[in-house]
Amino acid sequence: MSIEILDPVAEAEEAAPSRRRLRGLGVIGWVSIGVIVLALLLAIFGPIVRPFDPNLSDLSFANVGPYGSHLLGFDGQGRDVLSRLMEGARTTVLGAGFVALIAVVIGTTLAIATAWFGGKFDATVSAGIDVLFAFPGILLAVVAAAVFGPSLFSAGLALAIAYSPYVARVLRGAALKERSMAYIAALEVQGFGAWRLCARHLLPNISSLIVAQGTILFGFAMVDLAAISFLGLGVQSPQADWGVMVAEGKTGLLQGYPLVSLVAVLCIVAVVAAVSFLGERLDAGSRDVRR
Amino acid sequence: MVRMSETSIPATTSTEVEPVLSVRGLRKVFGTQVAVDDLSFDLLPGRSVAIVGESGSGKTTVARMIVGLEKATAGTIIACGRDRSKPARRGAERKLRGREVQIVFQDPYSSLDPRQSGANLIDEVLRVHHDHDSAARTRIVGELADIVGLDRRQIHAMPRALSGGQRQRVAIARALATAPRVLILDESVAALDVSIQAQVLNVLADIRDERGISYVLISHDLAVVRQLTEDALVMQRGVVVEQGRTVDILDNPQHDYTQMLRASVPGPGWKPQRMRERLKSAQAAAAKP
Repeated sequence: MSIEILDPVAEAEEAAPSRRRLRGLGVIGWVSIGVIVLALLLAIFGPIVRPFDPNLSDLSFANVGPYGSHLLGFDGQGRDVLSRLMEGARTTVLGAGFVALIAVVIGTTLAIATAWFGGKFDATVSAGIDVLFAFPGILLAVVAAAVFGPSLFSAGLALAIAYSPYVARVLRGAALKERSMAYIAALEVQGFGAWRLCARHLLPNISSLIVAQGTILFGFAMVDLAAISFLGLGVQSPQADWGVMVAEGKTGLLQGYPLVSLVAVLCIVAVVAAVSFLGERLDAGSRDVRR
Repeated sequence: MVRMSETSIPATTSTEVEPVLSVRGLRKVFGTQVAVDDLSFDLLPGRSVAIVGESGSGKTTVARMIVGLEKATAGTIIACGRDRSKPARRGAERKLRGREVQIVFQDPYSSLDPRQSGANLIDEVLRVHHDHDSAARTRIVGELADIVGLDRRQIHAMPRALSGGQRQRVAIARALATAPRVLILDESVAALDVSIQAQVLNVLADIRDERGISYVLISHDLAVVRQLTEDALVMQRGVVVEQGRTVDILDNPQHDYTQMLRASVPGPGWKPQRMRERLKSAQAAAAKP
């Protein structure tokens, strides 16, 4: 039967759907991946391989520009800027990753539960999500800092909770669509339980959207965490953090020494832009990779 | 209007054999819309019944109620001697029902998980239902693939790499994995082109001969109905308007609506204009109290 012969192209693509998704990334996508990998390497190894102690202060070097082995010079308190950037990568990048991860876990759970059970449960939870939408993430983080004391953990947790409605809203739609597919009905008729159906069939089929959502959230989280640290409610000075560095550099900025704030801002912008570009491309890819 | 829902299926075997599926007074109401009203039939082992009617006549709702995807407003459904009118509360009961009645849906494209090959799918179904070791499961997967006519590569391929007909064969294999007594075919070949349709119908006919399984065939295609079933019900707007032997209904339709359905099949001398007139008179007849 000519109609039943397998399409070799379709089969080859079938063998590696993830490879097909990566092919559509383009130059910007690959540059983004490069920046993100670099940021992750910095987050993991930065505090180990940094050339100097990030908290070693020598006021006689305050606001001195690039000099010898100090490639990015010194900040207003005479601390090595490059070392502080490398040290700060960990809290900044991993903090944002932690926020995105928690938000995605909460949001996905809510989305699948509401889509699966529907009815009153869906209506109640969706109403709760609408209420959460009303609170800006930063405001919630400020409240958390007031209640639990300023720290990266409380700020991050508050942000994660504030972000989860966005994930839940987007994924609920995808989960509802998947829930209405005949294959789910067929497996229900087979006697499969809700847990198995959600975990083994529904979840994997919306996973590319989950990854895309997480990536986009990571960018938001980095900016918001930096803002919170800038306000002094997140990571506490003198601990190195890119948001803290922007705050610390602002006096230098007024005195004509913009380097500290500038490099910290550049790092934040580069990583956030890379993550956004990648998230956008993964999102688009997740749409045409299916069927 | 002739109401024949009380009429039982021809009495040749009904006295000595217990039906595998028995539906009594089945009714489904969506809001104020009556989708199915007072539907009754018996299905004997190894025999098949067709439910025919145009789109929106309530055929698919009947199928969904029998497999438990839709809750019946009233009436009883008894499969293999066990009542399944109420939703299953426990997992064990759900699985037990899964081993009694299975269904093959119309759309071959949405009825398979895009991330699971046929072999994996059947393997998972077997793991959920039985305690077979992996060698036994592999053997059953091979047997089912043989039955539905898929080769080794096709049964291990992802759905995306399969044609509509091949996907529908996978769906049939999945339905057969639990060895059900009744298989509901909800327009299962309607989305396939004619030559593939014939192949799949042959597969279904062979399976029935070998396994003694009973079919509930839901279709608007009268040729398919004639090929596969002994008994038939004709539904119009949720109501059974004619019920009896397939041959009698197709060759000698009593009700206006059945005559209209029969005349809707394009053939030599078929004219849309004449169809419209028949449709009008059938609708007028149905509107009469």
